[in-house]
Amino acid sequence: MSIIVYIEHAAGSARRGSLECLGAAHATGEQVVAVLCGEGADQAATTLGNHGAAKAVVLPSEGSVSSDALGAGIAAIAQEHSARAFLCAATSQGKDVAPRVAARLDSTIFSDCTGFELAGETFVVRRPWLAGKCIATLESSGSVLCATTRLNVFPIAEVGADAEVINAAALPDPLAKVTSIEAKAGGKLDVSEAAVVVSGGRGLKEAEHFGIIEDLAAAFGNAAVGASRAVVDAGWRPHSEQVGQTGKTVSPQIYVAVAISGAIQHLAGMKTSQVIVAINKDADAPIFKLADYGIVGDAFEVVPALAEAVRAVRAEG
Amino acid sequence: MNIVACMKRVPTTEAQAKIDADGKGLDPAGLQYMISFYDEIAVEEAVKTKEAKGGEVTVVSIGPAETTKELRECLAKGGDKAALLVDPDWASRDARSTAKLLVAKIRSLGAEVVFMGRVATDRDNSAVGPMVATYLGWACVTDVVELELNEGGGVAKRESEAGVETVEFSLPAVITCDKGLNEPRYAGLKGIMGAKKKPLEESPCGDMPNQAAVRVLELPPERNEGKIVGTGVDAVAPLIELLRNEAQVL
Repeated sequence: MSIIVYIEHAAGSARRGSLECLGAAHATGEQVVAVLCGEGADQAATTLGNHGAAKAVVLPSEGSVSSDALGAGIAAIAQEHSARAFLCAATSQGKDVAPRVAARLDSTIFSDCTGFELAGETFVVRRPWLAGKCIATLESSGSVLCATTRLNVFPIAEVGADAEVINAAALPDPLAKVTSIEAKAGGKLDVSEAAVVVSGGRGLKEAEHFGIIEDLAAAFGNAAVGASRAVVDAGWRPHSEQVGQTGKTVSPQIYVAVAISGAIQHLAGMKTSQVIVAINKDADAPIFKLADYGIVGDAFEVVPALAEAVRAVRAEG
Repeated sequence: MNIVACMKRVPTTEAQAKIDADGKGLDPAGLQYMISFYDEIAVEEAVKTKEAKGGEVTVVSIGPAETTKELRECLAKGGDKAALLVDPDWASRDARSTAKLLVAKIRSLGAEVVFMGRVATDRDNSAVGPMVATYLGWACVTDVVELELNEGGGVAKRESEAGVETVEFSLPAVITCDKGLNEPRYAGLKGIMGAKKKPLEESPCGDMPNQAAVRVLELPPERNEGKIVGTGVDAVAPLIELLRNEAQVL
C-alpha cells in the first residue's frame, strides 16, 4: 500500500507546496512514493527522503513537461504500486495534472483539500466549497483517493532519511506541449503560495498608488501582492493577483487588506488566513469584522509607516 | 467547426451560504443562481470561434430542469442550440461522474473543440475539463488567457505561478477559459427574442453513479473577535507588537 505524491520543483529545488503535500502523505504512516519530472528532477529527488518519501521516481523528460504525458506517467506509477492515494499540491500545474491522473485511474478528484483520512474503509476528505463559504467533509468510494492539497495548510516533515531514487520508463508523446514560458518579473511569488499577502483595494484610488502595497510586500520579504476584484476589473492589477471567489483562495500566515472594504466574495477567498490585518479609513468596513487586527486610518499614511516598522523588525533579525 | 461550450448553473457569488436541515447540502431558500463566472467566458469564446471560423455552437449543461433559464441566456448570447442533461442528483454530482456524462454527450455531438470555465464557482474543483479530455483521449489546455485556433490544432497561453506559458496543442481539444481571454457580451433584445426559437433539448442524464458523497457540510469556524488596534500612524507600533508577541507571525 502506498501513496503517490507528485513533486514540482524549480531547477532541482522542490516547491514548498509539494513538500507540504509530501508531509501530509507521510503523516498517514503509509509508504510514500514521490514522482518528479523535468530538468533538475534527479537533484530534487535526492532531497525528498528527508521530507517523508521512501522512494523518488524520476520520469524522463526532454524540455518542458506536458500535463497529458505526465498524467499518463504518474497514473502508470500509481498502478504499478497499487497506490491507495495520489496527491499533489493544489498549484496551477497540480490542478492541471491531477484530474488527468484521476481520470486514468477512473477515480474522482478532490481539489484544494485541507484534510484527509485513508485509514477507514472509505476515504474521507475535507475541502472548501464556494471558495470557503462552507466546508464539506466528503467520503469517496473510488479505488484511489485522488486529491490536491491546499497550500500553506500541511506542515513539512523533517525525518532525516534517504529516499531510494528510481528512474522510470519514457513518457508517451504529448498532445499539448509548452513551447515557452514568459517568467514573471523578478521571480515574484504567487498570492496562493506566499507566506504573506498584502492586498490593495479600490480605496487606493489609482493604479499608481499600488506602489505603497508593493513596498509593504517588499518589506515583509516573502510576500506577494494581491488585489480585490474591483481593482482587477478596473485594469489596475492582473487577474493573477485577484483574491476571492472569482480569483484565488489564499491562506497565508499574514494577510494585510489595505483599503479593501470586504465584499463577501473577497472575504471568502482569504478568511482562512492565519492572521488578518485590515487598514481602512472607514471604521464600519465589513473587513474589520473578520480582521484580527485593524487600523482605522489613511492607507497613504499608515502603510508606509508599517513598511518602515516591518523593515526595522526584520533588520533586527 | 463543431463547437461545444459547457455551462454550469451555480449560486450567485453574492450568496451567503446556509446549511440545510440534514447538514449535507446548501439550504436553497433565498439562493439565486447564475451562469458560473468562467463559463460565461467559455460561451463567449465558443461564439467568437464560430464567428471567425463558421460552424455551430452547442451549449451543454448538467443540472436541474431550471437550468433552461441559464441555457436560454447562453443562446441569447450567440449559442445556436442547447442540450440540458436533466439531473435530479445535480447537487451531489462529483467531478468524475460529471466528466463521464459530458464525455458521452460530447461524443454524440461530434465536437471538435470544447470550451469550459477554468473552475465552477460552487465546487471549485477545476477538474472536469482535463478529466473530460483524458477520457476522450484529447488535448487539453487549462486556464487559457489567449487562444488561436488553426488547421488541426492551436496555440494557447495559460497563466501559472511561474508566468505565462505558451502551449501548442492538437485538435480535438478541451480548452478551459480564464478571465482575460475575452469580455463576455451582453445579450441584446434581438438575441433574447431569437433565443426563444432556438432548439433546447432536455433529456434525462441517465444513470451515472458518484464516488463522492457528502458526509457533513458546515460553515467555517467563526474567527475570534478581532480588535481595532488604533487609529492612524500611531497604531503601527502596537500592531507590530501584537504581530510579534501575540500572533507570533513576525
